[in-house]
Amino acid sequence: MKDVATHIALRRFGLGGRPGDAARIAADPRGYVEAQLADPSRAHLESPELRPSTEILREVLLAQKELRLQRKKDANAAASREQGSSPSSPGQNGVAPVKGRPDVNPVTILIRDALELDLGARHARARDSDQPFLERLVSFWSAHFAVALRKGGVVRPVVGAYEREAIRPNVLGRFADMLSAVVHHPAMLMYLDNNASTGPMSPAGRRRSRGLNENLARELMELHTLGVDGGYTQNDVTNLARILTGWTVIGANEKDGEPGRFKFAANRHEPGRFVLLGKTYGGRGIEDGEQAIADLARHPSTARHIARKLASHFIADNPPESLVKRLAATFRKTDGNLKEVTFELVKSKEAWATPPRKVVPPADFLTSLERGFGVQFKPQEWRRLSAALGQPIWDPPSPKGWPDEDDAWMGPAAVRERLRIAEFVARRIGVRPDPRALARELMGDALSPATAKAIDRAEAAQQGIELLVMSPEILRR
Amino acid sequence: MVASLKRPSRTGDAMTNSLSRRHFLQAGTASLAMWGLMPRHASASTRDPRLLIVILRGALDGLSLAAPVGDPAYADLRGSLALKKPGDGPGAGLPLDFLFVLNPGMPFLHALYEKRQALIVHATASPYRERSHFDGQDMLESGLPSQGKITDGWLNRALAGMTHEGAVSREGLGIGAIVPLVMRGSAPVMSWIPKTIRLPLRESTIARLTDLYAATDPGLAKAFKEGIAIERIAGTGGGAIVGKLQPDDPRRRFRPFIEAAEAAARLMSSPSGPRIGALAYDGWDTHANEGAAGGQLSTRLQGLDLAIKSFVDGMGPAWSETAVVIITEFGRTVRVNGTAGTDHGTATTAILIGGKVNGGRVIADWPGLHEKALYEGRDLAPTTDLRAMLKGVLADHLDVPRRVLDDIVFPASAAARPMTGLFA
Repeated sequence: MKDVATHIALRRFGLGGRPGDAARIAADPRGYVEAQLADPSRAHLESPELRPSTEILREVLLAQKELRLQRKKDANAAASREQGSSPSSPGQNGVAPVKGRPDVNPVTILIRDALELDLGARHARARDSDQPFLERLVSFWSAHFAVALRKGGVVRPVVGAYEREAIRPNVLGRFADMLSAVVHHPAMLMYLDNNASTGPMSPAGRRRSRGLNENLARELMELHTLGVDGGYTQNDVTNLARILTGWTVIGANEKDGEPGRFKFAANRHEPGRFVLLGKTYGGRGIEDGEQAIADLARHPSTARHIARKLASHFIADNPPESLVKRLAATFRKTDGNLKEVTFELVKSKEAWATPPRKVVPPADFLTSLERGFGVQFKPQEWRRLSAALGQPIWDPPSPKGWPDEDDAWMGPAAVRERLRIAEFVARRIGVRPDPRALARELMGDALSPATAKAIDRAEAAQQGIELLVMSPEILRR
Repeated sequence: MVASLKRPSRTGDAMTNSLSRRHFLQAGTASLAMWGLMPRHASASTRDPRLLIVILRGALDGLSLAAPVGDPAYADLRGSLALKKPGDGPGAGLPLDFLFVLNPGMPFLHALYEKRQALIVHATASPYRERSHFDGQDMLESGLPSQGKITDGWLNRALAGMTHEGAVSREGLGIGAIVPLVMRGSAPVMSWIPKTIRLPLRESTIARLTDLYAATDPGLAKAFKEGIAIERIAGTGGGAIVGKLQPDDPRRRFRPFIEAAEAAARLMSSPSGPRIGALAYDGWDTHANEGAAGGQLSTRLQGLDLAIKSFVDGMGPAWSETAVVIITEFGRTVRVNGTAGTDHGTATTAILIGGKVNGGRVIADWPGLHEKALYEGRDLAPTTDLRAMLKGVLADHLDVPRRVLDDIVFPASAAARPMTGLFA
């Protein structure tokens, strides 16, 4: 029997091998995957140029404020000029123009620059990582706790920082800690509108007739923890929204605290006692929310939801019930220790016995071409091509993250466009690798006779590369 | 009987409208009982009908699309989000009938309505009664009567069940990298996305991959074949389908909307192109700062309006044989939430436009907005099963037989009788 474990280690639990990887790990593919879990700090992404979200947000919020003030001043000046009381001062429109880009809104530039720095770092990490399984875990959890660029505004500059701060440090930590980091993070609070949610009976609510927004509360239970069948009601959603009132982000005009940081605004917090999933919360301010989040993280429905989702993501739709049960049991037994749960997944026989079914999502497909074929995309190219195939980086279509069914990424036109990208890659790398040798080097025993034959019979090396890129062995994992 | 199927008077008051609607349903029952005995369209073989389904993901606020300004409870409940009656100055909606106004972001849809090529069904919902977007979309698109294992969408099953011979191409069309669930299934579906790179595909490579997939991977074989097929339809080559737009062109803000609509029109109007298509637009989940006239939702509706215009213009003469249905997973709360938006609700609107639509009317068995009328005390109550409208379109526009509609397209839906009279 052929040994496909190497292939599974590099693809099901990775981002595709680089030349030489397959040979290097062939002696112990399972050990190769497990070893990547040894040092959780390898999931961190840090560099001097990557700034904390609080710093990015403060800068953007203050720049927005300055722009608003300046526009107001300009409008007033224009009005008084019309009355003839002030000489005009052409060329002085207030906000410092950006070097070389004088006509562009400086806030837009700040946002774009912050996003591009993070995008570049994320792209390089995926391409170069020696712990690609950790990157897969980061992608999984990032999509599980999705935020999205399409929300616009000040969410945009911090989607990358959100992943660095709330997701990466916790992918092998406790689920409760990741959940807590996520719900405290300005990106999530803004993305799901909790930053403005106000208790109607709170001092601020009474004064300004503001009220609840239940967006975060609902998705927190439906998507992040219990699952849609996890046993909550509309009342639970409303009560969790009440419990989370006051969880917000410090604005540019606030005197106490640094703009862009999380804060608990007690004057927006709904007073009273609220029943959530049969337990009463109330009277303890922010601690009620923290307790509610901790309780949700520990709920048996959460264990089942996460177990099923992990198994479906890494193995296949409708994963074996026995495996889901084991993962859920480990989740409960270890109080949501994700390292233990992940170990259980990679040690399972199901993970290594199920044939590859899941079509590789666009971003990982492109990354696997960079790793395997020696082509280099620029970060913007990687982003544009991934978006064209349906997966704009950090911009999932909804809070549910990316579609994850086995065939979700098999839209006909998108499959055809992968061929165009294959052609592009084959042209860019030229005839340097012999496609037959490369196929064997990347795939080893997992290369099917049909694919091997097709590559053998290719009319030219370039076509051989295209066929290899488009082989089921590369397109599915 | 024929007379009673005529649309309710556009000048009648709300009560007359809803009475007419009930009457209309009863009349529908009688005619449907005879349906099996009636001859099919005599001209069936010469017709070439087209149908585009547009899914608005995120739950469109139907009360802001077609606002019931004539309902006495509306203005108070909707507060800052309320549209005004025509003539009440800035922020006024466009007139529909005694009860409803159209969001002012949609002047083109309004013009179609005036031409009686558009109608709106209000207070409608799929059978889904919870408030998850994702389950709601799954039920909207699968057409199943309850949540369960989903394998395909109702439009694909309708395509498979169409009895038309020859006139309608058996291939469906899905716009986008991910084909909307409503269009997925066993019937073949082409899909369209813009070309990623300006490179011609080579026939020899296509042939070799076709052989490889045929031998190894039936799923990829099907997808690849369909992906290649669409590129062979004339007029879809080249890069961006939307030409260069002037800086002040309002379509610039909604390029993806417009591009999808233009691609659909180009393909569906092509002699050899697909006839049944689906596309989806995201971004209707207005939890915060929804706005009234000129606000966030209104702006997004403006994008939808421009997309509709692009599609109608693009269809050219084929518009007379085309229908478009615009649906969403559910509606939004009647009351404004604490952040000037609305949360997940229940009933909402559906739009039908088309060259031969019997339009210029809002079809609603209006439940009212007073406290006791609200669903679970918070949402617009559903009084019309959305499946009845969809089945009406499939029956009258595409000749899908009643039995197929009741059992296969929308399983176990016999009680939701197809609306009649949707087309002139």
